[in-house]
Amino acid sequence: MYIIVVGAGKVGWNLARELLDKEHEVTVIESNRRRYLTVEQELEHNVSYGDASELWVLERAGIQRADMVIAVTGDDEDNMLICQVAREKYSVERIIARVNNPRNRPHFDLLGIKPSVSATDLILRLLEHEVPEYGLVHLLDLQEEQLEIIEMLLGKDCGVTGRRVGDLEMPEGSLLISVLRSGRGFVPGPDTVLEAGDEVLAVLDPGHEEQLKNMFGPGGDGVGGGSG
Amino acid sequence: MFILIVGCGRVGSSLARAMLSEGHEVSCLDEDPESHARLEVGLEKGWEDLGGQFTVGAGLETDALVAAGIENADAFIASTDGDNTNIIIAQIAQRRYEVPTVIARILDPLRAEWYERQGMHTVCPTRVAIDMLETAVREGAPRGGAGPSDGSAEAA
Repeated sequence: MYIIVVGAGKVGWNLARELLDKEHEVTVIESNRRRYLTVEQELEHNVSYGDASELWVLERAGIQRADMVIAVTGDDEDNMLICQVAREKYSVERIIARVNNPRNRPHFDLLGIKPSVSATDLILRLLEHEVPEYGLVHLLDLQEEQLEIIEMLLGKDCGVTGRRVGDLEMPEGSLLISVLRSGRGFVPGPDTVLEAGDEVLAVLDPGHEEQLKNMFGPGGDGVGGGSG
Repeated sequence: MFILIVGCGRVGSSLARAMLSEGHEVSCLDEDPESHARLEVGLEKGWEDLGGQFTVGAGLETDALVAAGIENADAFIASTDGDNTNIIIAQIAQRRYEVPTVIARILDPLRAEWYERQGMHTVCPTRVAIDMLETAVREGAPRGGAGPSDGSAEAA
């Protein structure tokens, strides 16, 4: 694949290294002259100097034949603009944008710039993962596919603890996909009995979170068909 | 008309004063609190005393846009010093807040031309300057006597 990476900061530089290792053709575009010269010592002809929000700079980098454009500058407006132009003017099929300020994510969505990746959001998710009192952790949103994967920690007092998976009335549009117990993960069968301390992963259609929370959460009733 | 101007530099502030003096309601939004002083250049009274509004904040911040009154704006002018910022916030004003008149100042002629073709109302001062300079050079050349039409000196 031919991939254009915009921004040779820490993210862009390391990304370019990985992509080159995987034998993709890569051009990194960097607008800061000093940064460009630093990165150029390693990446050589794979880095190009210029402001990628100028159309001729993108064209010089061969955007017309690019399979993917990844905008990871430190500036959200630039990332949005570059991705918008890449997709709408140059018909680049795949774009990925970095969101620096998570509060700007609605703007990316408004302009149809997706997928967009926010390091802050990812760290927040990890934080939730490490701090179990949230009860229900959002692991992954597959927006295009309209699916979510969530994680729930089972307490002693929740309705499903001690019950067979086969006896659970899972809400429609949800599926238990794995159980993490004593540091080990497995796919539960109908005879698996859930224990306190289990972390269970479920995949679900968006909107079923509340129902699952009622079912698996602290003090849950263990019934999935609830008011949700 | 209620006009929201984002970016209160030389262009934004002059436009704001002109619109206010014509009797429009004018609200300005700028990241830099100091730009308030620029608004008052040449005015006898304070900007607020004359009925103007001024909000400190960035054009991408939803809270700041709402505080500056975007939900009631009849016209939205994006005149910050960043082309990309202007292009993005103009689209936010148009698509999210459905402001009837949205104009973006874009210095780069290439970006301005493409976004104009996508239906954005743009003003490109660079393009205007290029056109004026071209005209001035053409008009000025014969009088100066050493313009581009007079190739003899170069040839010799």
